[in-house]
Amino acid sequence: MQMEQLYQEIILDHYRAPHHHGLRDRFQTEVHHVNPTCGDEVTLRVQLSPGADGVPVVDDVSYDSLGCSISQASTSVMTDLAIGVPLPDALATLEEFTRMVTSRGTVEGDEDVLGDGVAFAGVARYPARVKCALLGWMAFKDAASQAVDRTPDLAARG
Amino acid sequence: MTDPQTEQLVRHDPTDVDLARGDDVGYAGPEDQPEHGAVEVLGLDVAAIRADFPILSRTVRDGRPLVYLDSGATSQRPVPVIDAEQEYVTGHHAAVHRGAHQLAEEATDFYEGARARVAEFIGAGRPEEVVFTKNATEALNLVAYSLGNASVQGGRGVHGSRFAVGPGDEILVTEMEHHANLVPWQELCRRTGATLRWFGVTDDFRLDLSGIHELVTPRTKVVAFTHQSNVLGTINPVPLLVEAAHRVGALTVLDACQSVPHAAVDVVALGVDFLAFSGHKMLGPSGVGVLYGRHELLEQMPPFLTGGSMIEQVFMDHSTYAAPPARFEAGVPMTSQAVGLGAAVDYLETVGMKAVADHEAELTGLALQGLSSLRGVRIIGPADTTDRGGAVSFVVDGVHAHDVGQILDDEGVAVRVGHHCAWPLHRRFGIAATVRASFALYNTPAEVDALVAAVAQAQRFFEVA
Repeated sequence: MQMEQLYQEIILDHYRAPHHHGLRDRFQTEVHHVNPTCGDEVTLRVQLSPGADGVPVVDDVSYDSLGCSISQASTSVMTDLAIGVPLPDALATLEEFTRMVTSRGTVEGDEDVLGDGVAFAGVARYPARVKCALLGWMAFKDAASQAVDRTPDLAARG
Repeated sequence: MTDPQTEQLVRHDPTDVDLARGDDVGYAGPEDQPEHGAVEVLGLDVAAIRADFPILSRTVRDGRPLVYLDSGATSQRPVPVIDAEQEYVTGHHAAVHRGAHQLAEEATDFYEGARARVAEFIGAGRPEEVVFTKNATEALNLVAYSLGNASVQGGRGVHGSRFAVGPGDEILVTEMEHHANLVPWQELCRRTGATLRWFGVTDDFRLDLSGIHELVTPRTKVVAFTHQSNVLGTINPVPLLVEAAHRVGALTVLDACQSVPHAAVDVVALGVDFLAFSGHKMLGPSGVGVLYGRHELLEQMPPFLTGGSMIEQVFMDHSTYAAPPARFEAGVPMTSQAVGLGAAVDYLETVGMKAVADHEAELTGLALQGLSSLRGVRIIGPADTTDRGGAVSFVVDGVHAHDVGQILDDEGVAVRVGHHCAWPLHRRFGIAATVRASFALYNTPAEVDALVAAVAQAQRFFEVA
């Protein structure tokens, strides 16, 4: 049974008790993303702030979502990896995560970069689930990019 | 209910069941099943049928026998269908309706022969009432776009106002439609200024007809609805809706994708004006669908797609159009697919649609009984087989449909998960996604056992049972 490899305990933990869940009032942008094939959806808010060295920092990512264990857990892990991190680093993590889950199992994922995110390596073997794993991440990417665009203070220095 | 039979079903290890055991009469049918149900299963000879479907003997995911319960999405194809396509392609292929050579004649005969067989299968009065399309979605769009074409300025004069819709007119659909019988009507309304209205769905998963007199009025120009819901399995009261529609002069369009493959459908008895279905859900190839239209209507209706094959005469500034069905088959049509569909019709007729329907009702009854015996599983659809077909959708409390589907897949059980292209219907019931098992003539009671066992396994895996 390969199911334990797909649904690692760490994923089920995040699914049952998602981190940073709920929509919070402090945000610059809010996006709503859906997975049209299954109807899963996420509403996600991002708050960025100018960092000390002029690089935007992810102050907060809050969200409300409806979806399967993979999409819920993945969004939860994403917030762990993004909040409090300089935006370029968060986007680099996103790239690494995307590379891993779209690799059809050929990329294990760098645990130093992805932390709990490496638990999603098994998703790569199930192409139908890749969109689930990326739902929250893509929403974050969209919201963060809009936040940079809309906040001249951030765009100038980011 | 703690029926010992059910207990046994749940404990079954799906790897131990002989999936070809179609002749097993050891299963007690649900109470609402006729007593002769098991005999009908015997009559169908499922083992012999399964032998005609090579794909059913393959294994999936580490050697699990395939339990294919996704025929509502697409059915598998028997050897005679594959052979018919091969025979046509290897011996007779040419572009139909053109060419002065023998192959063109033979190809045309194959193509038109398939049309005649399909027409006979659905009780159409003449083959010209059958239009081949690429799929059912295109068939439904064909009607919607032809009406749209009749509605634009200039179209009325040429084709008469019967098909024209505009501001003040209403198109009536239902909340249980597949997107293919909803979005084209939304778009027709958007283009013409007509208004979309719909029947709701009751809490017990039936069409809510309580407002029928307010909904079906002289403003109603089209009533488009599904014969059998692809999610709920609900079979809608076609004669009642057709009568109401025709009383106010509205056209009726029936989405028969989920009925034609599973029971005898007679277009004349149903009385509908248009009816659409797809080949790939009825043991045929993908790439071919059917629009049935009453000849008198097809004769008057303007075309949808235009170009070669569908014309009568072409001048530089205008054209006139061929009689149906050619008017609605622009370009070189799909041929091996149509031939394959003809063979699929032959196959179904040989088995007999009554036997198919009885067999699938038996499986549906077993599935409803088995699934509802699991605590935390809710059927999204009528609870028994009355006016109900073999699409059995359900949710498992505490486990998202996608996760259920993943565990089922690991057990070799192929089902569909999601909203099944019926998002408004899911929204109606406050559900993001369901798991859907759907049956065809080649499924067995043992496969229903495997489904129920796999759902129980999913509950154990996610620790909700």
